[in-house]
Amino acid sequence: MDIPYTVEARPDTGVNNAKLGIWLFLASEIMLFGGLFSAYIFLRIGAPEWPGMMAGHMYGRASEVLSVPLATLNTFILIGSSVTIVMAWASLMMNRFDKYRLFMGATILLAFGFLIIKGIEYTSKFSHGLFPSESNFLGIYFVLTGLHAVHVIGGIIINSYFLGPGTKLWKTNPKYFTNRIEVAGLYWHFVDIVWIFLFPTIYLL
Amino acid sequence: MAELHSPEEIRKHVRVYMMVFGSLAVLTIVTVSVGYLKLPIVPAMIVALFIACVKGGLVGSYFMHLITEKKLIFWLLIASAVFLFIMLTLFIWAHNSQEGGYLVS
Repeated sequence: MDIPYTVEARPDTGVNNAKLGIWLFLASEIMLFGGLFSAYIFLRIGAPEWPGMMAGHMYGRASEVLSVPLATLNTFILIGSSVTIVMAWASLMMNRFDKYRLFMGATILLAFGFLIIKGIEYTSKFSHGLFPSESNFLGIYFVLTGLHAVHVIGGIIINSYFLGPGTKLWKTNPKYFTNRIEVAGLYWHFVDIVWIFLFPTIYLL
Repeated sequence: MAELHSPEEIRKHVRVYMMVFGSLAVLTIVTVSVGYLKLPIVPAMIVALFIACVKGGLVGSYFMHLITEKKLIFWLLIASAVFLFIMLTLFIWAHNSQEGGYLVS
């Protein structure tokens, strides 16, 4: 069965179905993260001290509990991966499949780098007895960053597919494949945008 | 986007991507620097979220190609923003209706 409008734009919407589909999905994601950001705002405003008492210590700033240098490094990593995935798409548009592989591979490696650093951060918290159950601050920190990390893992799976078995499509239908990479890229950029808002909100304020 | 551009146009886009990357890197450094100023919470939040909005806008506009996107996508994003606003309003209303819990008076 042929699925219509996978590459060419539908006359009524002006965009192809894949793009409309991913934007609808991203709209639902805005609501998901928006709800959690709202939870953060209410917890923050309602708390007399923030982050407050944790594991027997009183903290006045989130940056006293969390590692700002590691989170800054992770910000650079995700921004870098946004560039590499858009370069992967641009390479396909210029018919340079070799460069596509390079940039998509770099995107996946950077995503792993992000997760490794997040793992180091989490391990450091756990080793100091700072668990999600310890305080509202830690609860919302682990929920927001944990959900974001799940999205990063999802991106790794999608991008790895398009670097591995999914590349067969390039030989049979390059336009369709390029379109898929653009859609995968839109998802990945969204993951980057979420982190752009998470980083100052949780780590610096 | 995919069906609209020649390789030459894409090369021009690549230069723009690099400029955006540079801008995002600089803005990240500014964000961290402002964080170390230890401003009071309200100005700190305004500055941090303003910079985050600029960075998010750059990623959305250039990496996600929103500057050349069709109107339908914009309507979709506007609808998301409206629903988000409604959700936040409901939360504030629920919070304010609790005894002693006033966020917006």
